[in-house]
Amino acid sequence: MLSIKNLQVSVEGKPILKGLNLEVNPGEIHAIMGPNGSGKSTLAHVLSGREGYSVDAGSAQYKGLDLLEMAPEIRAREGMFLAFQYPIEIPGVNNTSFLKKALNEIRKHRGEEELDAIDFLSLIKKQMKLVEMKEELLKRPVNQGFSGGEKKRNEILQMAVLNPTLAILDETDSGLDIDALRIVAGGVNKLRSPNNSFVVITHYQRLLDYIVPDFVHVLSNGQIIKSGTKELALELEERGYDWLLEEAESKA
Amino acid sequence: MIDKTNKTASNNDENIAMSDEQQTIQNITDQDYKYGFVTDIEMEEFPKGLDENIVRMISAKKNEPEFMTEWRLKAYRHWRKQKEPKWPKLEYSEVDYENLYYYAAPKKDGPKSLDEVDPELLKTFDKLGVPLEERELLAGVAVDAVIDSVSVATTFKGKLGELGIIFCPISEAIREHPELVKKYLGTVVPYTDNFYATLNSAVFSDGSFVYIPPGVRCPMELSSYFRINASKTGQFERTLIVADKGSYVSYLEGCTAPMRDENQLHAAVVELIALDDAEIKYSTVQNWYAGNKEGVGGIFNFVTKRGLCGGKNSKISWTQVETGSAITWKYPSCILKGDNSVGEFYSVALTNNYQQADTGTKMIHQGRNTRSLIISKGISAGKSNNAYRGLVKVNSKAENARNYSQCDSLLIGDQSGAHTYPYLEVENPTAQVEHEATTSKVSEDQIFYLNQRGISTEDAVGMIVSGYAREVFQQLPMEFAVEAQALMSVSLEGSVG
Repeated sequence: MLSIKNLQVSVEGKPILKGLNLEVNPGEIHAIMGPNGSGKSTLAHVLSGREGYSVDAGSAQYKGLDLLEMAPEIRAREGMFLAFQYPIEIPGVNNTSFLKKALNEIRKHRGEEELDAIDFLSLIKKQMKLVEMKEELLKRPVNQGFSGGEKKRNEILQMAVLNPTLAILDETDSGLDIDALRIVAGGVNKLRSPNNSFVVITHYQRLLDYIVPDFVHVLSNGQIIKSGTKELALELEERGYDWLLEEAESKA
Repeated sequence: MIDKTNKTASNNDENIAMSDEQQTIQNITDQDYKYGFVTDIEMEEFPKGLDENIVRMISAKKNEPEFMTEWRLKAYRHWRKQKEPKWPKLEYSEVDYENLYYYAAPKKDGPKSLDEVDPELLKTFDKLGVPLEERELLAGVAVDAVIDSVSVATTFKGKLGELGIIFCPISEAIREHPELVKKYLGTVVPYTDNFYATLNSAVFSDGSFVYIPPGVRCPMELSSYFRINASKTGQFERTLIVADKGSYVSYLEGCTAPMRDENQLHAAVVELIALDDAEIKYSTVQNWYAGNKEGVGGIFNFVTKRGLCGGKNSKISWTQVETGSAITWKYPSCILKGDNSVGEFYSVALTNNYQQADTGTKMIHQGRNTRSLIISKGISAGKSNNAYRGLVKVNSKAENARNYSQCDSLLIGDQSGAHTYPYLEVENPTAQVEHEATTSKVSEDQIFYLNQRGISTEDAVGMIVSGYAREVFQQLPMEFAVEAQALMSVSLEGSVG
């Protein structure tokens, strides 16, 4: 599904990712944890094609395609989805028509017929139940006037409608209260299938109580310094990151 | 008669480095000139420049009654004493008024079928979703389509006639309904009004006339397409709409022009008159040729539009979507004379490349309890400059006048400019006047967000801009709103790298 080899990325000459390796197979959930400034969000942005990052070495393949060569909209149409840490407001653009346009771009790319308004509405209403979102939010402009929790639910709603093969969740838990966290995680769990994969980026272990990962990786100073199973996350919760960082340093 | 073959040849000399595309257009033009298609009308094309004789000839050509000829002449003599205004935030090479044709009857210099039309233009129509018949009109295949209202009026003339509605070319109205024209023409925009309006009064070629009798609600949208056809010809339409007591009309105006590498002058005048309890809704989608990416060519659009809410409880609402023209100078205004009258102005002005727009409105409160609303959305992309200029004036006798103005500017890229010039003149202490202004940018974050959902950058910018201008689009009739949104996307093409 996703194969990242020796990925080195810099921003304005400053190296951020320093030889990152990651293999994600279909059906797997990978959690990426790490302290602030370790490169977690950079990884999410580079994978989804955001400008402003320079790839200095390494490769990233997605479904056998050279991911880094693809325009961001093509990555999206190929089934890659990024749930934003800070969802963007787009004034005046209706949430429903935006999502309908997005879905139909993806369907067109796959050679499928575009959904008309009626079919789309029944789909979105079904998926809204997953995230317990108020129907009223469909009529509003994209993310405008949404609370922090509503914005995150809106991200998961979009994910549910677009049904990606690879979803990257960038600190989706940040700023969520426990109820919202449970709802968002519940949405993700219902979308899990043997065919799609998730990369869950988070600072805290808390989210992983609800979205149980197959693998946990610790990212520090631009490299994955430790990988393990969900138990690693619990250990981190208990002991913090410092012991790992020290361990990594002494190895170096 | 002018020797057109020579004229074209000298044009060729000036533009040795023409691109293939321009060459193709030129070739078509050359061919048509070569074939000539000389009709009697063309034989009588008037010489360049302007004098009293030309004004008389225009009037005579249209079989106008004496009062009209005199009015035109008065305007002409006044115009001779005027200077072009220099106050707008616009920079352009001076218009040589002596080097223009002031009368050019429909010429067969357009392409003969869609096969001969510039493919770039066809691609644009395709994106706009303009129906095929309309494309032919827009592309100038139908040469008598300077004003499409003629055919619309013909189609529905029976139905409108039963209601007593008059909808016809103004030249026809001058002949058939001189009493109405004499009563209202120049009452809102007098021939002394301003440089361009004065020139228009002297030489206006044609335009639309609408009269809605008392108590009649016009059952359909009346519409016209204006086109600039001929080369080196000034275009001067004049439109007059009168809504008698208790009547209602919605009028749509669309504008296009063929691509040419010279600047062409367009100086139109629109006058609206709403009597007691009458309402006029006037919508414009202006898409005159804007010039190419380097700023060569395009229409100079100097337009005077003004409405008089003459009667009590009357209402005039202007909605404009301005995407074309190299230069736009235009302030659709309302004089709120009747008590409780309402004036509205909804505007989207989009500039790209080297386009310049200085546009806005004037709301003149004269009557008691008059209200006005201004919603202006400027969008500047490329190296363009976009200025909002608006006046809210409350006269001393206008008790309890209210105004709300919202002027927003949206910048795309970092080389465009947005400017806001709000003027306030309040002479009555009971007035409530509010003004809000914002400036924002289309952010890379927004574009990336939409990209990440599978939407291309071009579509993303189109969506963001349409969302920004939504309040104005909502004022347009459905079909027009769709066309206007598509137009915005096309106009913004290439504005984001």
